[in-house]
Amino acid sequence: MDKTVNQKAWFLVLPVFLIVAFSAVLPLMTVVNYSFQDTFGNNQFFWNGVGWFKELLDPSTDLGSRFFASLWRNLFFSAVILAIEVPLGIIVALSMPRDGWRVAACLVILALPLLIPWNVVGTIWQIFGRPDIGLLGYVLNNIGIEYNYVSNEFDAWATVIVMDVWHWTSLVALLCYAGLKSIPDAYYQAAQIDGASRWAVFTAIQLPKMNRVLLIAVLLRFMDSFMIYTEPFVVTGGGPGNSTTFVSIELVKIALGQFDLGKAAALSLVYNLIIIIVCWVFYTVMTNAGVDRQRTQGAA
Amino acid sequence: MHSIPGRRIILSLFLIFLLLPIYWLVNMSFKTNTEIVSTMTLWPHHPTIANYMRIFTDESWYSGYIHSLNYVVINTFISISFALPAAYAFSRYRFLGDKHLFFWLLSNRMAPPAVYALPFFNLYSAIGLFDTPWAVALAHCLFNVPLAVWILEGFVSSVPREIDETAFLDGYSFPKFFVKILVPLIASGIGVAAFFCFMFSWVELLLARTLTSVDAKPISAVMTRTVSAAGMDWGLLAAAGVLTIIPGALVIWFVRNYIARGFALGRV
Repeated sequence: MDKTVNQKAWFLVLPVFLIVAFSAVLPLMTVVNYSFQDTFGNNQFFWNGVGWFKELLDPSTDLGSRFFASLWRNLFFSAVILAIEVPLGIIVALSMPRDGWRVAACLVILALPLLIPWNVVGTIWQIFGRPDIGLLGYVLNNIGIEYNYVSNEFDAWATVIVMDVWHWTSLVALLCYAGLKSIPDAYYQAAQIDGASRWAVFTAIQLPKMNRVLLIAVLLRFMDSFMIYTEPFVVTGGGPGNSTTFVSIELVKIALGQFDLGKAAALSLVYNLIIIIVCWVFYTVMTNAGVDRQRTQGAA
Repeated sequence: MHSIPGRRIILSLFLIFLLLPIYWLVNMSFKTNTEIVSTMTLWPHHPTIANYMRIFTDESWYSGYIHSLNYVVINTFISISFALPAAYAFSRYRFLGDKHLFFWLLSNRMAPPAVYALPFFNLYSAIGLFDTPWAVALAHCLFNVPLAVWILEGFVSSVPREIDETAFLDGYSFPKFFVKILVPLIASGIGVAAFFCFMFSWVELLLARTLTSVDAKPISAVMTRTVSAAGMDWGLLAAAGVLTIIPGALVIWFVRNYIARGFALGRV
């Protein structure tokens, strides 16, 4: 489908442009402003040049070491939850019932965790995992597994990861389910006539049809796990020690906890830059996938 | 042919995994604090609705829900009405900088709220909106407007161009075409987009908490009050948590038939 060139379309886009610019560009200018300045308090600022950025990107300083530690921790966390949630989401989507009231019931239950406020998600798991009053913690400790997410690093990590799987696997599952629903029955009938195995149906029909929504799923899950704040903050508060302090938690600690505006601003900008680069890569892959799809459809 | 071996068991296990923590919260909300702390019971042996009664009768509690719903509704309304024309433009026309603009919008959906908390605080204090629902509603536009544009663009693109052309030939003006023809055609898409705006505004806490202090304090911030000198009021906390799940559950029920397509952002 060819789009016509029409510069007047800008008038339709202008309201969105203005409101997002108001919410995004204006505040970001403040951040840029802070990132080059230092303060002795009393609203007196002086020019600090790239000082904060140097400190931030140098792992031997306090700020730099904290930044890189939280960054690696966060990337590791994102990698783990993607490795669990994407396959699990696909399996759940493939297990969905065909039709009838069961589908509606399953969809509603699947979507439920997505609509719970993030701090309540944290609260739910905080309670659920407690050895004294939570079912999970109580059962684990009673069958002989020492489990305490407050004092043990491994348990804290496990809790945060299981919580995220609980919270977001549904998103991947629902996206994949939407992809699967769009496959016409004729494809399956053809596969049956050819005597294709279950695995062949999956790799040749279902996976290619899902790859576009899977891309969206991976993008959304990566981004949201990379900026995760509320849930681990409620459950572990970033601890024990700093073991579950992710980038956003570190940032809020510096900005609102210590009120180190310059450091926080420099960290914000680098953080944002990483996100924009990753986002750009995904966007390019996604648009290219779209073009390829249109081309193959056009040929067929 | 669609299904995989053992699918019933897999699905059931997963759904139980999803429901168990929620059940535990509901279970606790009907217990007294003594029962919660002293014994481990799988269901409330002395069920009580005292926790809920306290929330419904104490203004500082129930006003939290009103505040939250307030900014969520404002935000959803703004997001959809701003995003609709833009979605149409992106779907139908090519114009200077369209791809870059679309990417820029998308990148805002991915921006970490933690980065914006402090500058938003400064900005909304400076223009006198601090501690009003408008501050939170506008702040949430940062990620909800791009999302709405993205979803609606997919739905508008599924409407054939011929419909626009016929309408214009029939003498419809652009605004009339928009309201009378396009909007009814993509009504389900608007529902889905509204659902997502509602969802992301409802679940967000960091910005909502930073931008309010007393008069517009959202329920999620009120919940932190359950920590007192006498220890945690677990029953009350659980009851407040359960009540935050209910609006979401209601909204899902209404859009259940569109959920799947909506989650693919209109792109299947």
